[in-house]
Amino acid sequence: MKALMLRALPWDGDNLFRRACLASAGLISVLMFAILVSLVTGAWPALEQFGLGFFVSDEWNPITEQYGAANALYGTLVSSLIAVLLALPVGVGVAIFLSELCPKWLSKPLSIAIELLAAVPSIIYGMWGLFVFAPWFADGFQLWAGENLADLPVIGSLFSGPPMGVGLLTSGIILAFMILPILTSLIKEALSTVPNVLREATYGIGATQFEVIAKVLLPAIKGPIFGALILALGRALGETMAITFVIGGAQSMEMSLFMPATSISATIAEQFNEATGELHVASLIGLGLVLFMITFVVMGTARVLLRRKAQ
Amino acid sequence: MIATRKVKNLVFKGLCLGATLLGLGILVLILFTLLQKGLAGLHWSLFTESTPGPDGEGGLANAIVGSLMMTGLGILMAAPVGVLAGTWLAEYGQDSKTADSIRFLNGMLMSAPSILIGLFVYQMMVVSMGHFSGWAGAVALAIIALPVIISTTEEMLKLVPRNLREAGAGLGTPRWKVTVKLSYKAVGTGIITGILLSVARISGETAPLLFTALNSSFMTTNPNEPMANLPVTIYQFAMSPSESWNQLAWSGALLITMAILFLNVLSRVLPQLKKRRS
Repeated sequence: MKALMLRALPWDGDNLFRRACLASAGLISVLMFAILVSLVTGAWPALEQFGLGFFVSDEWNPITEQYGAANALYGTLVSSLIAVLLALPVGVGVAIFLSELCPKWLSKPLSIAIELLAAVPSIIYGMWGLFVFAPWFADGFQLWAGENLADLPVIGSLFSGPPMGVGLLTSGIILAFMILPILTSLIKEALSTVPNVLREATYGIGATQFEVIAKVLLPAIKGPIFGALILALGRALGETMAITFVIGGAQSMEMSLFMPATSISATIAEQFNEATGELHVASLIGLGLVLFMITFVVMGTARVLLRRKAQ
Repeated sequence: MIATRKVKNLVFKGLCLGATLLGLGILVLILFTLLQKGLAGLHWSLFTESTPGPDGEGGLANAIVGSLMMTGLGILMAAPVGVLAGTWLAEYGQDSKTADSIRFLNGMLMSAPSILIGLFVYQMMVVSMGHFSGWAGAVALAIIALPVIISTTEEMLKLVPRNLREAGAGLGTPRWKVTVKLSYKAVGTGIITGILLSVARISGETAPLLFTALNSSFMTTNPNEPMANLPVTIYQFAMSPSESWNQLAWSGALLITMAILFLNVLSRVLPQLKKRRS
Protein backbone atom coordinates (compact mmCIF):
# COMPACT_ATOMS: atom_id res chain seq x y z
CA MET A 1 0.00 0.00 0.00
CA LYS A 2 2.74 2.36 0.99
CA ALA A 3 4.74 1.61 -2.13
CA LEU A 4 1.67 2.25 -4.21
CA MET A 5 1.10 5.62 -2.59
CA LEU A 6 4.68 6.57 -3.19
CA ARG A 7 4.34 5.74 -6.80
CA ALA A 8 1.13 7.68 -6.94
CA LEU A 9 2.89 10.70 -5.55
CA PRO A 10 3.41 12.97 -8.50
CA TRP A 11 7.18 12.92 -8.71
CA ASP A 12 7.26 13.01 -12.47
CA GLY A 13 9.26 15.60 -14.39
CA ASP A 14 6.41 18.03 -14.65
CA ASN A 15 5.85 18.18 -10.95
CA LEU A 16 9.50 18.33 -10.04
CA PHE A 17 10.03 21.18 -12.43
CA ARG A 18 6.98 23.07 -11.24
CA ARG A 19 8.03 22.67 -7.62
CA ALA A 20 11.58 23.82 -8.32
CA CYS A 21 10.17 26.88 -10.05
CA LEU A 22 7.75 27.61 -7.24
CA ALA A 23 10.45 27.19 -4.60
CA SER A 24 12.69 29.63 -6.45
CA ALA A 25 9.92 32.18 -6.74
CA GLY A 26 9.00 31.69 -3.10
CA LEU A 27 12.58 32.41 -2.14
CA ILE A 28 11.96 36.06 -2.97
CA SER A 29 9.33 36.44 -0.25
CA VAL A 30 11.57 34.57 2.18
CA LEU A 31 14.44 36.92 1.36
CA MET A 32 12.41 40.09 1.76
CA PHE A 33 11.02 38.86 5.05
CA ALA A 34 14.47 37.79 6.28
CA ILE A 35 15.95 41.19 5.40
CA LEU A 36 13.26 42.97 7.40
CA VAL A 37 13.65 40.61 10.38
CA SER A 38 17.43 40.88 10.37
CA LEU A 39 17.28 44.67 10.29
CA VAL A 40 14.79 44.80 13.15
CA THR A 41 16.70 42.33 15.32
CA GLY A 42 20.02 43.96 14.50
CA ALA A 43 18.69 47.38 15.40
CA TRP A 44 16.87 46.16 18.50
CA PRO A 45 19.48 47.14 21.13
CA ALA A 46 19.41 50.70 19.82
CA LEU A 47 15.63 50.86 19.64
CA GLU A 48 15.41 49.46 23.17
CA GLN A 49 17.88 52.01 24.46
CA PHE A 50 16.59 55.12 22.73
CA GLY A 51 12.99 54.18 21.93
CA LEU A 52 11.24 56.35 19.37
CA GLY A 53 13.70 59.10 20.26
CA PHE A 54 16.14 57.30 17.96
CA PHE A 55 14.22 58.57 14.95
CA VAL A 56 14.08 62.22 16.02
CA SER A 57 17.26 62.83 17.98
CA ASP A 58 20.00 64.69 16.13
CA GLU A 59 22.75 63.53 18.39
CA TRP A 60 25.26 61.07 16.99
CA ASN A 61 28.11 60.64 19.37
CA PRO A 62 30.10 57.41 19.68
CA ILE A 63 31.91 58.71 22.75
CA THR A 64 28.85 59.38 24.87
CA GLU A 65 27.03 56.52 23.11
CA GLN A 66 24.11 58.72 22.12
CA TYR A 67 22.68 57.93 18.71
CA GLY A 68 19.85 59.48 16.74
CA ALA A 69 18.82 59.22 13.10
CA ALA A 70 17.75 62.81 12.43
CA ASN A 71 20.97 64.17 10.87
CA ALA A 72 21.40 61.27 8.49
CA LEU A 73 17.71 61.26 7.63
CA TYR A 74 17.81 64.99 6.89
CA GLY A 75 20.83 64.62 4.61
CA THR A 76 19.26 61.68 2.79
CA LEU A 77 15.97 63.48 2.18
CA VAL A 78 17.43 66.85 1.23
CA SER A 79 20.06 65.50 -1.17
CA SER A 80 17.48 63.23 -2.84
CA LEU A 81 14.95 66.05 -3.16
CA ILE A 82 17.57 68.30 -4.76
CA ALA A 83 18.42 65.47 -7.14
CA VAL A 84 14.82 64.96 -8.19
CA LEU A 85 14.16 68.68 -8.64
CA LEU A 86 17.24 69.10 -10.81
CA ALA A 87 16.82 65.89 -12.81
CA LEU A 88 13.14 66.38 -13.66
CA PRO A 89 13.40 69.27 -16.15
CA VAL A 90 16.52 67.80 -17.72
CA GLY A 91 14.95 64.33 -17.93
CA VAL A 92 11.79 65.69 -19.55
CA GLY A 93 13.90 67.67 -22.01
CA VAL A 94 16.03 64.68 -22.97
CA ALA A 95 13.00 62.43 -23.33
CA ILE A 96 11.24 64.95 -25.56
CA PHE A 97 14.31 65.49 -27.67
CA LEU A 98 14.92 61.78 -28.14
CA SER A 99 11.35 60.75 -28.89
CA GLU A 100 9.83 63.81 -30.57
CA LEU A 101 12.48 66.08 -32.00
CA CYS A 102 15.55 64.23 -33.17
CA PRO A 103 15.70 62.10 -36.35
CA LYS A 104 14.95 58.40 -35.89
CA TRP A 105 18.41 57.12 -36.87
CA LEU A 106 19.99 59.32 -34.22
CA SER A 107 17.52 58.56 -31.46
CA LYS A 108 18.60 54.97 -30.87
CA PRO A 109 22.33 55.51 -30.35
CA LEU A 110 21.72 58.62 -28.26
CA SER A 111 19.24 56.74 -26.07
CA ILE A 112 21.78 53.99 -25.52
CA ALA A 113 24.42 56.56 -24.60
CA ILE A 114 22.09 58.15 -22.04
CA GLU A 115 21.23 54.71 -20.66
CA LEU A 116 24.91 53.92 -20.29
CA LEU A 117 24.98 56.68 -17.69
CA ALA A 118 22.99 54.32 -15.49
CA ALA A 119 25.53 51.54 -15.97
CA VAL A 120 28.45 53.57 -14.66
CA PRO A 121 29.01 52.27 -11.12
CA SER A 122 28.14 54.46 -8.18
CA ILE A 123 31.72 54.54 -6.95
CA ILE A 124 32.88 56.08 -10.22
CA TYR A 125 30.36 58.90 -9.81
CA GLY A 126 31.76 59.34 -6.31
CA MET A 127 35.37 59.61 -7.47
CA TRP A 128 34.49 61.87 -10.34
CA GLY A 129 32.31 63.98 -8.06
CA LEU A 130 34.99 64.38 -5.43
CA PHE A 131 38.05 64.90 -7.61
CA VAL A 132 36.66 66.60 -10.69
CA PHE A 133 33.23 68.07 -10.08
CA ALA A 134 33.59 69.34 -6.49
CA PRO A 135 36.68 71.53 -7.02
CA TRP A 136 35.20 72.96 -10.18
CA PHE A 137 31.87 73.58 -8.46
CA ALA A 138 33.59 75.27 -5.49
CA ASP A 139 35.59 77.66 -7.67
CA GLY A 140 32.70 78.37 -9.96
CA PHE A 141 29.18 78.36 -8.65
CA GLN A 142 29.87 78.30 -4.93
CA LEU A 143 32.26 81.25 -5.02
CA TRP A 144 29.85 83.22 -7.16
CA ALA A 145 26.86 82.28 -5.01
CA GLY A 146 28.72 83.25 -1.83
CA GLU A 147 29.22 86.73 -3.25
CA ASN A 148 25.89 87.24 -4.94
CA LEU A 149 23.22 85.04 -3.40
CA ALA A 150 24.22 84.70 0.24
CA ASP A 151 22.81 88.09 1.19
CA LEU A 152 19.39 87.58 -0.35
CA PRO A 153 16.55 87.36 2.14
CA VAL A 154 15.15 83.90 2.95
CA ILE A 155 17.03 81.85 0.35
CA GLY A 156 20.35 83.51 1.10
CA SER A 157 21.14 81.22 3.99
CA LEU A 158 20.88 78.22 1.65
CA PHE A 159 23.92 79.49 -0.23
CA SER A 160 26.05 80.81 2.59
CA GLY A 161 29.06 79.01 3.90
CA PRO A 162 32.55 78.33 2.64
CA PRO A 163 32.96 77.06 -0.95
CA MET A 164 34.28 73.62 -0.04
CA GLY A 165 32.92 71.75 -3.00
CA VAL A 166 31.58 68.83 -1.04
CA GLY A 167 28.25 69.04 0.76
CA LEU A 168 24.51 68.61 0.37
CA LEU A 169 24.12 70.48 -2.91
CA THR A 170 27.01 68.66 -4.58
CA SER A 171 25.51 65.33 -3.50
CA GLY A 172 22.17 66.38 -4.93
CA ILE A 173 23.74 67.28 -8.27
CA ILE A 174 25.71 64.04 -8.54
CA LEU A 175 22.56 62.09 -7.62
CA ALA A 176 20.67 64.02 -10.30
CA PHE A 177 23.11 62.75 -12.94
CA MET A 178 22.66 59.23 -11.64
CA ILE A 179 18.86 59.22 -11.78
CA LEU A 180 18.65 61.03 -15.12
CA PRO A 181 18.65 57.84 -17.25
CA ILE A 182 15.79 56.17 -15.40
CA LEU A 183 13.70 59.34 -15.56
CA THR A 184 14.43 59.76 -19.25
CA SER A 185 13.59 56.21 -20.19
CA LEU A 186 10.33 56.17 -18.21
CA ILE A 187 9.18 59.50 -19.65
CA LYS A 188 10.16 58.39 -23.14
CA GLU A 189 8.11 55.25 -22.65
CA ALA A 190 5.15 57.32 -21.49
CA LEU A 191 5.46 59.61 -24.52
CA SER A 192 5.40 56.61 -26.81
CA THR A 193 2.04 55.53 -25.40
CA VAL A 194 0.34 58.77 -26.47
CA PRO A 195 -1.64 57.95 -29.61
CA ASN A 196 -0.35 59.57 -32.79
CA VAL A 197 -3.83 60.84 -33.63
CA LEU A 198 -3.45 63.42 -30.89
CA ARG A 199 -0.22 64.71 -32.38
CA GLU A 200 -1.58 64.77 -35.92
CA ALA A 201 -4.77 66.52 -34.88
CA THR A 202 -2.88 69.26 -33.08
CA TYR A 203 -0.35 69.74 -35.86
CA GLY A 204 -3.31 69.79 -38.24
CA ILE A 205 -4.71 72.95 -36.66
CA GLY A 206 -1.35 74.63 -37.15
CA ALA A 207 0.28 74.19 -33.75
CA THR A 208 4.04 74.39 -33.38
CA GLN A 209 6.01 71.49 -31.95
CA PHE A 210 6.31 73.37 -28.69
CA GLU A 211 2.56 73.78 -28.47
CA VAL A 212 1.87 70.15 -29.28
CA ILE A 213 4.33 68.94 -26.67
CA ALA A 214 3.57 71.42 -23.92
CA LYS A 215 -0.19 71.58 -24.31
CA VAL A 216 -1.11 68.09 -25.45
CA LEU A 217 1.60 65.51 -24.85
CA LEU A 218 2.92 66.53 -21.45
CA PRO A 219 -0.52 66.97 -19.85
CA ALA A 220 -1.45 63.55 -21.23
CA ILE A 221 1.41 61.85 -19.38
CA LYS A 222 1.28 63.81 -16.13
CA GLY A 223 0.58 60.68 -14.12
CA PRO A 224 3.43 58.53 -15.46
CA ILE A 225 5.85 61.46 -15.08
CA PHE A 226 4.88 61.70 -11.42
CA GLY A 227 5.35 57.95 -11.01
CA ALA A 228 8.75 58.14 -12.68
CA LEU A 229 9.71 60.97 -10.37
CA ILE A 230 8.87 58.94 -7.27
CA LEU A 231 10.77 55.94 -8.65
CA ALA A 232 13.81 58.13 -9.27
CA LEU A 233 13.46 59.53 -5.76
CA GLY A 234 13.57 55.98 -4.42
CA ARG A 235 16.78 55.35 -6.33
CA ALA A 236 18.37 58.50 -4.98
CA LEU A 237 17.44 57.72 -1.38
CA GLY A 238 19.38 54.46 -1.28
CA GLU A 239 22.43 55.51 -3.27
CA THR A 240 25.55 54.91 -1.21
CA MET A 241 29.04 55.16 -2.62
CA ALA A 242 28.63 58.32 -4.67
CA ILE A 243 27.19 60.13 -1.68
CA THR A 244 29.84 58.81 0.68
CA PHE A 245 32.47 60.52 -1.46
CA VAL A 246 30.85 63.91 -1.89
CA ILE A 247 28.55 64.67 1.04
CA GLY A 248 31.37 65.53 3.42
CA GLY A 249 30.59 63.09 6.20
CA ALA A 250 29.63 65.53 8.94
CA GLN A 251 26.99 64.65 11.52
CA SER A 252 25.23 67.97 11.38
CA MET A 253 22.09 69.63 10.14
CA GLU A 254 22.67 73.07 8.63
CA MET A 255 20.50 75.42 6.64
CA SER A 256 23.26 75.98 4.10
CA LEU A 257 23.32 73.56 1.18
CA PHE A 258 27.07 74.15 0.89
CA MET A 259 27.85 72.61 4.26
CA PRO A 260 29.08 69.05 4.64
CA ALA A 261 26.40 66.70 5.92
CA THR A 262 25.78 63.00 5.92
CA SER A 263 23.18 60.55 4.74
CA ILE A 264 21.94 57.25 6.11
CA SER A 265 23.85 55.19 3.59
CA ALA A 266 27.03 57.27 3.91
CA THR A 267 26.99 56.98 7.69
CA ILE A 268 26.65 53.20 7.49
CA ALA A 269 29.36 52.89 4.83
CA GLU A 270 31.80 55.06 6.74
CA GLN A 271 31.27 53.82 10.26
CA PHE A 272 30.18 50.20 10.13
CA ASN A 273 33.59 48.58 10.06
CA GLU A 274 35.00 50.94 12.65
CA ALA A 275 31.97 50.77 14.91
CA THR A 276 32.86 50.47 18.54
CA GLY A 277 30.52 48.56 20.74
CA GLU A 278 27.18 46.87 20.33
CA LEU A 279 25.12 50.03 20.60
CA HIS A 280 27.01 51.72 17.75
CA VAL A 281 26.51 48.75 15.43
CA ALA A 282 22.86 48.47 16.43
CA SER A 283 22.31 52.17 15.76
CA LEU A 284 23.87 51.86 12.31
CA ILE A 285 21.60 48.92 11.54
CA GLY A 286 18.76 51.05 12.92
CA LEU A 287 19.62 53.66 10.29
CA GLY A 288 19.43 50.84 7.76
CA LEU A 289 15.97 49.97 9.02
CA VAL A 290 14.86 53.57 8.57
CA LEU A 291 16.23 53.55 5.01
CA PHE A 292 14.49 50.25 4.30
CA MET A 293 11.14 51.61 5.45
CA ILE A 294 11.45 54.84 3.48
CA THR A 295 12.48 53.15 0.24
CA PHE A 296 9.79 50.50 0.69
CA VAL A 297 7.06 53.13 1.02
CA VAL A 298 8.43 55.32 -1.79
CA MET A 299 9.01 52.44 -4.21
CA GLY A 300 5.69 50.84 -3.34
CA THR A 301 3.92 54.11 -4.12
CA ALA A 302 5.79 54.48 -7.40
CA ARG A 303 4.94 50.96 -8.50
CA VAL A 304 1.28 51.37 -7.68
CA LEU A 305 1.17 54.70 -9.53
CA LEU A 306 3.00 53.43 -12.60
CA ARG A 307 0.94 50.27 -12.76
CA ARG A 308 -2.37 52.08 -12.44
CA LYS A 309 -1.44 54.41 -15.29
CA ALA A 310 -0.20 51.56 -17.40
CA GLN A 311 -3.54 49.81 -17.35
CA MET B 1 2.15 86.74 -32.93
CA ILE B 2 3.43 84.14 -35.36
CA ALA B 3 6.93 85.39 -34.73
CA THR B 4 6.69 84.92 -30.96
CA ARG B 5 5.26 81.44 -31.44
CA LYS B 6 8.15 80.56 -33.69
CA VAL B 7 10.65 81.98 -31.25
CA LYS B 8 9.08 80.05 -28.38
CA ASN B 9 9.23 76.89 -30.43
CA LEU B 10 12.90 77.43 -31.23
CA VAL B 11 13.82 78.23 -27.64
CA PHE B 12 12.00 75.14 -26.45
CA LYS B 13 13.74 72.90 -28.97
CA GLY B 14 17.03 74.47 -28.01
CA LEU B 15 16.42 73.69 -24.34
CA CYS B 16 15.59 70.06 -25.11
CA LEU B 17 18.73 69.74 -27.20
CA GLY B 18 20.67 71.39 -24.39
CA ALA B 19 19.35 68.88 -21.85
CA THR B 20 20.41 66.00 -24.09
CA LEU B 21 23.84 67.49 -24.63
CA LEU B 22 24.17 67.93 -20.87
CA GLY B 23 23.40 64.25 -20.25
CA LEU B 24 25.76 63.09 -22.98
CA GLY B 25 28.34 65.59 -21.81
CA ILE B 26 28.40 64.08 -18.33
CA LEU B 27 29.01 60.61 -19.76
CA VAL B 28 31.77 61.92 -22.00
CA LEU B 29 33.32 63.90 -19.13
CA ILE B 30 33.36 60.89 -16.83
CA LEU B 31 34.88 58.66 -19.50
CA PHE B 32 37.40 61.35 -20.36
CA THR B 33 38.44 61.72 -16.72
CA LEU B 34 38.81 57.96 -16.38
CA LEU B 35 40.94 57.72 -19.49
CA GLN B 36 43.02 60.74 -18.57
CA LYS B 37 43.76 59.59 -15.03
CA GLY B 38 43.57 55.84 -15.49
CA LEU B 39 45.60 55.25 -18.63
CA ALA B 40 48.79 56.43 -16.94
CA GLY B 41 48.73 53.42 -14.64
CA LEU B 42 47.73 50.85 -17.22
CA HIS B 43 50.75 48.54 -17.27
CA TRP B 44 51.10 44.80 -17.30
CA SER B 45 52.00 44.95 -13.64
CA LEU B 46 48.39 45.96 -12.99
CA PHE B 47 47.35 42.41 -13.87
CA THR B 48 50.33 40.51 -12.49
CA GLU B 49 51.11 42.13 -9.14
CA SER B 50 49.04 42.38 -5.99
CA THR B 51 48.06 45.59 -4.24
CA PRO B 52 51.06 47.27 -2.60
CA GLY B 53 51.46 49.00 0.72
CA PRO B 54 51.06 52.78 0.73
CA ASP B 55 53.44 54.43 -1.74
CA GLY B 56 54.67 51.02 -2.92
CA GLU B 57 54.74 49.64 -6.42
CA GLY B 58 52.19 47.05 -7.36
CA GLY B 59 49.08 46.17 -9.28
CA LEU B 60 45.52 45.05 -8.83
CA ALA B 61 45.87 41.34 -9.63
CA ASN B 62 44.40 40.13 -6.33
CA ALA B 63 41.50 42.56 -6.59
CA ILE B 64 40.76 41.57 -10.18
CA VAL B 65 40.86 37.86 -9.33
CA GLY B 66 38.68 38.39 -6.26
CA SER B 67 36.13 40.43 -8.17
CA LEU B 68 35.95 37.88 -10.96
CA MET B 69 35.53 35.05 -8.46
CA MET B 70 32.84 36.70 -6.39
CA THR B 71 30.93 37.95 -9.41
CA GLY B 72 31.18 34.47 -10.94
CA LEU B 73 30.07 32.70 -7.78
CA GLY B 74 27.27 35.22 -7.29
CA ILE B 75 25.95 34.67 -10.81
CA LEU B 76 26.27 30.89 -10.50
CA MET B 77 24.04 31.08 -7.43
CA ALA B 78 21.59 33.63 -8.80
CA ALA B 79 21.14 32.50 -12.41
CA PRO B 80 19.49 29.07 -11.92
CA VAL B 81 17.24 30.28 -9.11
CA GLY B 82 16.38 33.43 -11.04
CA VAL B 83 15.55 31.62 -14.26
CA LEU B 84 13.38 29.06 -12.43
CA ALA B 85 11.57 31.76 -10.48
CA GLY B 86 10.99 33.76 -13.65
CA THR B 87 9.68 30.60 -15.27
CA TRP B 88 7.21 30.09 -12.44
CA LEU B 89 5.92 33.64 -12.80
CA ALA B 90 5.50 33.36 -16.55
CA GLU B 91 4.34 29.74 -16.90
CA TYR B 92 2.59 28.73 -13.70
CA GLY B 93 1.83 31.76 -11.55
CA GLN B 94 0.69 34.04 -14.38
CA ASP B 95 -2.06 36.32 -13.11
CA SER B 96 -2.65 34.65 -9.76
CA LYS B 97 -2.55 36.64 -6.54
CA THR B 98 0.53 34.76 -5.36
CA ALA B 99 2.38 35.63 -8.55
CA ASP B 100 1.36 39.26 -8.20
CA SER B 101 2.69 39.54 -4.70
CA ILE B 102 5.92 37.79 -5.64
CA ARG B 103 6.29 40.23 -8.53
CA PHE B 104 5.75 43.10 -6.12
CA LEU B 105 8.31 41.78 -3.64
CA ASN B 106 10.73 41.12 -6.48
CA GLY B 107 10.40 44.74 -7.57
CA MET B 108 11.00 45.81 -4.00
CA LEU B 109 14.09 43.62 -3.70
CA MET B 110 15.34 45.08 -6.97
CA SER B 111 15.05 48.58 -5.60
CA ALA B 112 16.25 47.83 -2.08
CA PRO B 113 19.41 49.88 -1.50
CA SER B 114 22.37 47.58 -2.01
CA ILE B 115 23.98 48.65 1.25
CA LEU B 116 21.05 47.03 3.07
CA ILE B 117 21.76 43.74 1.31
CA GLY B 118 25.27 44.09 2.69
CA LEU B 119 23.96 44.63 6.24
CA PHE B 120 21.67 41.63 5.86
CA VAL B 121 24.39 39.27 4.67
CA TYR B 122 26.73 40.63 7.34
CA GLN B 123 24.28 39.58 10.03
CA MET B 124 23.42 36.28 8.39
CA MET B 125 26.88 35.08 7.41
CA VAL B 126 29.69 37.23 8.75
CA VAL B 127 28.39 37.26 12.32
CA SER B 128 27.63 33.56 12.40
CA MET B 129 30.87 32.49 10.68
CA GLY B 130 32.87 34.95 12.75
CA HIS B 131 34.81 36.46 9.86
CA PHE B 132 34.45 38.28 6.56
CA SER B 133 34.58 36.03 3.53
CA GLY B 134 34.40 35.81 -0.22
CA TRP B 135 31.33 33.58 0.15
CA ALA B 136 29.47 36.30 2.01
CA GLY B 137 30.42 38.77 -0.73
CA ALA B 138 29.22 36.37 -3.41
CA VAL B 139 25.90 35.80 -1.64
CA ALA B 140 25.35 39.55 -1.31
CA LEU B 141 26.03 39.98 -5.04
CA ALA B 142 23.75 37.04 -5.83
CA ILE B 143 20.87 38.67 -3.92
CA ILE B 144 21.36 41.84 -5.96
CA ALA B 145 21.49 39.97 -9.26
CA LEU B 146 18.52 37.70 -8.51
CA PRO B 147 15.58 40.08 -9.03
CA VAL B 148 17.04 41.38 -12.31
CA ILE B 149 17.34 37.85 -13.67
CA ILE B 150 13.85 36.95 -12.49
CA SER B 151 12.14 39.84 -14.19
CA THR B 152 14.03 39.58 -17.47
CA THR B 153 13.36 35.84 -17.63
CA GLU B 154 9.66 36.42 -17.04
CA GLU B 155 9.50 39.17 -19.66
CA MET B 156 11.31 36.97 -22.18
CA LEU B 157 9.17 33.88 -21.61
CA LYS B 158 6.05 35.97 -22.13
CA LEU B 159 7.30 36.64 -25.65
CA VAL B 160 7.26 32.95 -26.61
CA PRO B 161 4.49 32.56 -29.16
CA ARG B 162 1.51 30.60 -27.93
CA ASN B 163 1.38 28.30 -30.91
CA LEU B 164 4.97 27.17 -30.30
CA ARG B 165 3.92 25.85 -26.90
CA GLU B 166 0.75 24.37 -28.31
CA ALA B 167 2.70 22.62 -31.03
CA GLY B 168 4.96 21.10 -28.40
CA ALA B 169 2.10 20.11 -26.15
CA GLY B 170 0.22 18.69 -29.14
CA LEU B 171 3.04 16.21 -29.71
CA GLY B 172 2.47 14.94 -26.20
CA THR B 173 5.59 16.57 -24.82
CA PRO B 174 5.40 17.10 -21.07
CA ARG B 175 5.04 20.72 -20.06
CA TRP B 176 8.47 21.01 -18.47
CA LYS B 177 10.06 19.71 -21.65
CA VAL B 178 8.15 22.26 -23.69
CA THR B 179 9.50 24.96 -21.41
CA VAL B 180 13.08 23.73 -21.31
CA LYS B 181 13.49 22.54 -24.88
CA LEU B 182 11.28 24.97 -26.76
CA SER B 183 10.70 28.13 -24.75
CA TYR B 184 14.18 28.47 -23.29
CA LYS B 185 15.63 27.82 -26.69
CA ALA B 186 13.38 30.36 -28.37
CA VAL B 187 14.19 33.21 -25.99
CA GLY B 188 17.53 32.00 -24.69
CA THR B 189 19.42 35.01 -25.98
CA GLY B 190 17.08 37.28 -24.12
CA ILE B 191 17.61 35.41 -20.88
CA ILE B 192 21.39 35.42 -21.38
CA THR B 193 21.15 39.16 -22.00
CA GLY B 194 19.40 39.59 -18.66
CA ILE B 195 22.12 37.58 -16.96
CA LEU B 196 24.83 39.65 -18.67
CA LEU B 197 23.15 42.83 -17.49
CA SER B 198 23.07 41.56 -13.95
CA VAL B 199 26.78 40.65 -14.19
CA ALA B 200 27.40 44.23 -15.26
CA ARG B 201 25.28 45.52 -12.43
CA ILE B 202 26.94 43.55 -9.64
CA SER B 203 30.51 43.90 -10.79
CA GLY B 204 30.58 47.57 -9.83
CA GLU B 205 28.77 47.15 -6.52
CA THR B 206 30.82 48.43 -3.62
CA ALA B 207 28.55 49.00 -0.66
CA PRO B 208 27.44 45.39 -0.11
CA LEU B 209 31.04 44.19 -0.21
CA LEU B 210 32.22 46.60 2.48
CA PHE B 211 30.87 44.44 5.28
CA THR B 212 30.84 41.02 3.63
CA ALA B 213 34.00 40.29 1.65
CA LEU B 214 35.74 43.30 3.13
CA ASN B 215 39.06 43.45 1.28
CA SER B 216 42.47 41.89 1.43
CA SER B 217 45.88 42.93 0.29
CA PHE B 218 46.85 39.35 -0.52
CA MET B 219 46.13 37.14 -3.46
CA THR B 220 43.64 34.54 -2.39
CA THR B 221 41.35 32.22 -4.25
CA ASN B 222 39.86 30.79 -1.09
CA PRO B 223 36.35 32.19 -0.68
CA ASN B 224 36.46 31.29 3.00
CA GLU B 225 38.75 34.22 3.66
CA PRO B 226 38.21 37.95 3.31
CA MET B 227 38.64 38.59 -0.37
CA ALA B 228 40.20 41.40 -2.35
CA ASN B 229 37.93 43.05 -4.88
CA LEU B 230 38.12 45.98 -7.24
CA PRO B 231 35.31 48.21 -5.96
CA VAL B 232 36.37 48.24 -2.30
CA THR B 233 40.03 48.61 -3.31
CA ILE B 234 39.09 51.60 -5.48
CA TYR B 235 37.16 53.11 -2.58
CA GLN B 236 39.97 52.68 -0.07
CA PHE B 237 42.73 53.72 -2.44
CA ALA B 238 40.88 56.76 -3.78
CA MET B 239 40.23 58.06 -0.27
CA SER B 240 43.85 57.65 0.83
CA PRO B 241 46.53 60.35 0.65
CA SER B 242 49.01 57.95 -1.00
CA GLU B 243 49.65 58.95 -4.60
CA SER B 244 50.50 55.48 -5.86
CA TRP B 245 47.27 54.20 -4.31
CA ASN B 246 45.34 57.01 -5.98
CA GLN B 247 46.83 56.06 -9.31
CA LEU B 248 45.82 52.42 -8.81
CA ALA B 249 42.31 53.56 -7.86
CA TRP B 250 41.95 55.48 -11.14
CA SER B 251 43.32 52.61 -13.20
CA GLY B 252 40.98 50.21 -11.42
CA ALA B 253 38.09 52.58 -12.03
CA LEU B 254 38.96 52.70 -15.72
CA LEU B 255 39.13 48.89 -15.96
CA ILE B 256 35.86 48.26 -14.19
CA THR B 257 33.91 50.96 -16.03
CA MET B 258 35.15 49.80 -19.42
CA ALA B 259 34.25 46.21 -18.56
CA ILE B 260 30.76 47.22 -17.45
CA LEU B 261 30.11 49.45 -20.44
CA PHE B 262 31.33 46.66 -22.71
CA LEU B 263 28.91 44.18 -21.10
CA ASN B 264 26.08 46.67 -21.48
CA VAL B 265 26.75 47.30 -25.13
CA LEU B 266 27.20 43.57 -25.72
CA SER B 267 23.84 42.85 -24.12
CA ARG B 268 22.23 45.21 -26.61
CA VAL B 269 24.08 43.93 -29.64
CA LEU B 270 23.64 40.23 -28.87
CA PRO B 271 19.87 39.98 -29.49
CA GLN B 272 20.25 41.86 -32.77
CA LEU B 273 23.03 39.61 -33.99
CA LYS B 274 20.83 36.63 -33.29
CA LYS B 275 17.93 38.21 -35.12
CA ARG B 276 20.04 38.88 -38.18
CA ARG B 277 21.40 35.34 -38.26
CA SER B 278 18.03 33.61 -38.18
